[in-house]
Amino acid sequence: MSAKTLRVEGVTRTFPGRGRTAPTLALQPTTVSAAPGEFVAILGPSGCGKSTLLRIVAGLDQPTAGQVLLDAAPVTGPGPDRGMVFQSYTLFPWLTVAQNIRYGLAERGLPEAQQAEIAGRFIARTGLRGFEEHWPKQLSGGMQQRCALARALANDPEILLLDEPFGALDHQTRELMQELLLEIWEADRKTVLFVTHDIDEAIFLSNRVLVMSARPGRIKAEVAVPLPYPRDWTVKTTPEFAALKARLMGEIREEVRKSIAAV
Amino acid sequence: MEPLQPVSPGARVVLGAGFFVVFIAAWGLATYGGWVPPLFLASPGKTLVAGWSLLTEFNFAGDIAITIWRVVGGFLIAALMAVPLGLLMGAFKPIEAFFEPFFSFARYLPASAFIPLLILWAGVGEAQKLSVIVIGSVFQLVIMVTGIAGATRLDLVEAARTLGSRRIAILRRVVIPAAAPQIAETLRLVLGWAWTYVIVAELIGATSGIGHMIMDSQRLLDTGQMIFGIAVIGIIGLVTDLLFKALNRRLFPWAVI
Repeated sequence: MSAKTLRVEGVTRTFPGRGRTAPTLALQPTTVSAAPGEFVAILGPSGCGKSTLLRIVAGLDQPTAGQVLLDAAPVTGPGPDRGMVFQSYTLFPWLTVAQNIRYGLAERGLPEAQQAEIAGRFIARTGLRGFEEHWPKQLSGGMQQRCALARALANDPEILLLDEPFGALDHQTRELMQELLLEIWEADRKTVLFVTHDIDEAIFLSNRVLVMSARPGRIKAEVAVPLPYPRDWTVKTTPEFAALKARLMGEIREEVRKSIAAV
Repeated sequence: MEPLQPVSPGARVVLGAGFFVVFIAAWGLATYGGWVPPLFLASPGKTLVAGWSLLTEFNFAGDIAITIWRVVGGFLIAALMAVPLGLLMGAFKPIEAFFEPFFSFARYLPASAFIPLLILWAGVGEAQKLSVIVIGSVFQLVIMVTGIAGATRLDLVEAARTLGSRRIAILRRVVIPAAAPQIAETLRLVLGWAWTYVIVAELIGATSGIGHMIMDSQRLLDTGQMIFGIAVIGIIGLVTDLLFKALNRRLFPWAVI
């Protein structure tokens, strides 16, 4: 499948109040677009509504106003054209690694042989060879997320939605996972929307970083990352990386301070 | 001994068997020691003798077989009705809203109170015995299966939706496999209840079965036979429990810690 253009147009989200609590505005009118094959990072403090935005793009949540378009078609619900990896571990515990990766392929009714061929390819690409028959509980956190990534990619989505997929991992594992993801993206050039609160991660991976404000969230800044691909870890030590990081830190610190004050 | 510290498998077996020994020893002390008159409580030895005569002279094995048949039959009918309905109720909230209030009411209706009505409707045959077990278990089972299915992890359902699953596929590929080990655990529990209902059903208007034998023995004041009958139910319960547990471990290796 070729990558498509994603357009988020004036999307807002208000969560209705319960009982006497007032409704919560989670997302102010937000407009975002991602060109085919672009890697866009959404950076924001926790609770800013960045996950809400991603869930709306996935179709798991409905916007209060505005719309999401994939090329010209409006998004009305979740679908296999938008693959997602969640922060929590969402492998199906009753399926083996290989069966998890084949889940979407089986749903599409592909022949067994084709399912096995595609799953085998992504098992190899995510370094899970030898673990095909393991249960998810037998895997480390990093391996579970690699498997979740393989499961999403095996479906050949037009756009990949990543909701802090490495957020629960330790620092070293996270860095290796970033490199793995980058390697896959550099080869496939899927459109990616990557939500994170980690500045280094956002710069290292993306073409463009969108900074979100504290709740109620909105896009408050857009920073292009002109570092050339392919990137490896050494890019994190360059002055260009440091300059970008300094700029984003300035933007985000202010928002974190606001969100702490709001509690 | 520290709070929540595990016990070794060997020690577990020894401790578990230990209490049986203590229990039988206390029973022996009370009866052989003359603390309790034999009219009220037979000694362990007399119970075994009574049991032997039941098995060899009074075809007690036939009673055991008919009771097991009733328990398994009633339990299977209840499970076949309750599990699919509970899954649908857990997965689809309008279905739950439709049935749940009635079942919450119905599960408080004591199965034993239905026995006179059931005798009127179904006579004293097998249909009546099975009905008591079904009425006793089906409503409870529906409510519990609904709860289990309704507690399916939402993030797994969402992951399935982003992978292309819709309604029935989510029920079939996420809700059912996620709920299966706990449903099996619940069935194990309900099978235990079925045993109490079958005995109640057999105490009234039955001509065979373990409960009927216990009733007969009461007329003869044979506490040995009564205790033997009760102990047989316990032993059958223990064995089915162990079989059920082993089966669950085999069926759901992914859920075993």
